[in-house]
Amino acid sequence: MQDTYNYTVVRQFSIMTVVWGIVGMLVGVIIAAQLAWPALNFDVPWLTFSRLRPLHTNAVIFAFGGSALFATSYYVVQRTCHVKLFAPALAAFTFWGWTLIIVLAAITLPLGYTTSKEYAELEWPIDILITVVWVSYAIVFFGTLIKRKTPHIYVANWFFGAFIVTVAVLHLGNSAALPVSMTGMKSYSAYAGVQDAMIQWWYGHNAVGFFLTAGFLGMMYYFMPKQANRPVYSYRLSVVHFWALAFTYIWAGPHHLHYTALPDWTQSLGMIMSLILLAPSWGGMINGIMTLSGAWEKLRTDPILKFLVVSISFYGMSTFEGPMMSIKTVNALSHYTDWTIGHVHSGALGWVAMISIGAMYYLIPRLFGKKEMYSVKLIETHFWISTLGVVLYIAAMWISGIMQGLMWRATNADGTLTYSFIESVQAMHPFYVTRTIGGLVFLIGMFLMAYNVWKTITASDAKAVDAVIPAPAH
Amino acid sequence: MDSVTLHSIWTVLMFITFIGIVAWAWSSKRKKSFDEAAHIPFDEEDEPKTSSKPGE
Repeated sequence: MQDTYNYTVVRQFSIMTVVWGIVGMLVGVIIAAQLAWPALNFDVPWLTFSRLRPLHTNAVIFAFGGSALFATSYYVVQRTCHVKLFAPALAAFTFWGWTLIIVLAAITLPLGYTTSKEYAELEWPIDILITVVWVSYAIVFFGTLIKRKTPHIYVANWFFGAFIVTVAVLHLGNSAALPVSMTGMKSYSAYAGVQDAMIQWWYGHNAVGFFLTAGFLGMMYYFMPKQANRPVYSYRLSVVHFWALAFTYIWAGPHHLHYTALPDWTQSLGMIMSLILLAPSWGGMINGIMTLSGAWEKLRTDPILKFLVVSISFYGMSTFEGPMMSIKTVNALSHYTDWTIGHVHSGALGWVAMISIGAMYYLIPRLFGKKEMYSVKLIETHFWISTLGVVLYIAAMWISGIMQGLMWRATNADGTLTYSFIESVQAMHPFYVTRTIGGLVFLIGMFLMAYNVWKTITASDAKAVDAVIPAPAH
Repeated sequence: MDSVTLHSIWTVLMFITFIGIVAWAWSSKRKKSFDEAAHIPFDEEDEPKTSSKPGE
C-alpha cells in the first residue's frame, strides 16, 4: 500500500473554517446592529456590546482565521516537503485543543471574564491551554519540515514558520499575568502603566503582522501559483519580502499609542517604521499579483482566482492605508474614530477572509476526492456578494470616521467645541446602518459557501481521500 | 557599555545583516536553486481526478 498524506486534520480544520466564519461574522453583524439600534442588547448583560465585541474579534481572528491557517499550513507543508505530517496524534490534538479553546472563549467572554487586553482577552487558564496547543502545533509543523524529502524549504513554509514562532513569543510576552487565586478566573497583567500599553500594542500590531499577515502570505505563496498554474513571479523577491517583513513589523506597535503617555521618540520611531513597512508589504503584493502575469485571461473565468487576486489587492490597499494612518498628524484625525474600524475590515474582510475563502474553494474538493466544488457558478456569486459587502462596509466607515474626527476637532471662534459628542453620534447613525447592511451581505456570502461545501462533500461520489505521496525523485 | 549603545550596535548589525540577505538573494549564483524551489509546488501530480485546471 502506498503512503499517503495526512488529510484528516486538514479536512477537520477546513470544515471548521466555514463554520467559525459564519459564527464570528454573525456576531459581528449583531454588534453592528446594536451600534445602530442599541435596544438590540435587550438589556441582557451577556448580550451587551462590551461582551460580544471581544467574542466577535476572537471568533473571526482565532477561530475562523486560525482554522484556515492550521488547515492550509498542514496541507502546504506536507505537499511541499513530500512527507506525511510529523506526530499525527499531536496534530489531532491541535484540532481538538484549538476547538476547545474556541468553545471556552464563547462561554467565558459573554460571562464577562476578560483581561481587557485587546485580541488577548482570554483569561489565564485558557492562555495556558493556548500555549500547550501552540507548542504542539510548532512541533508538528517544524517536525514535518525537518523530515522533508525536498532539498529546499518552499517559501510558503517560511511564512507559516515565522507566524508560528512569532505568535508563540507574542502570546507568552503579552499574556504574562499573576492570577488572583488558583481557583478563580481573575488575573492581573505582569506590566503596569505605559509599559503595559506598549507591551499590549507590541503584541497587538504583531498579531496583525504575523497572525493576519505572515500566515496568510504563506497561503498566497502556495495557492496563488497553484491556481494560476505558474510559479511565483520572483522567488528572490519572496525571500527579500520575507526578511524585510520580519525585520520591520516588530517596530510598528507604538503607532497605536500616538499622543499618549508613551515617550515621544517611541511614537515617532513607530511611525517611521510603519512608513518603511510599505516597501515589504507592496513587494509581497506585487509578487502575488504578478504571478498571474501572462495568464490574466484566467481571471475572467476562474472565480477562485478572482478571490485570490482581489484579496491581494485589498492587502495592497490596507498596507498603504496603514502607514498613512500611522503618520502622527493623520492619526490625530483618524484615531478613536470609525476610520480605524474601516481600515481593519478592509484588511480582515478584504484580505484575510477573501484569501481564506479562495484557498478553501481550492482545498475542499481536493480533500474529498472531487474535481471541483459542487457549483462553480455559486463561487462566482459568492465573490461578487463579498466584494459588494466589503465595499459597503469600508466606504461607510471611511465617511463616518473622517466626519467624526472633523466634528470632534471643530472649534468656534471663542475656542469652545462646535459639536457636543452626542451630535457626532447622531451623525454616524446612517453609516452604522450602512455598515450593518455591508456586514450582512458578506455573511450571506458565507452561507452560500456553506451550502456549496455541504453539497460538495455529501455528493454521492465524494469521499475523504488522502493523496499519495510521490516517490522521491532526487 | 550602557544599554543604549548596545541596542544601537545591535540595530546597525541587523541592518547590515539585512543588506547581506538582499545581496545574497540577488546574486546570480542563487538563480538555479531559487528556480528549483519555485517549482516545488509543481513537482508532484495533483490529486487524482483534479488534473485539469479551470481556464485550460
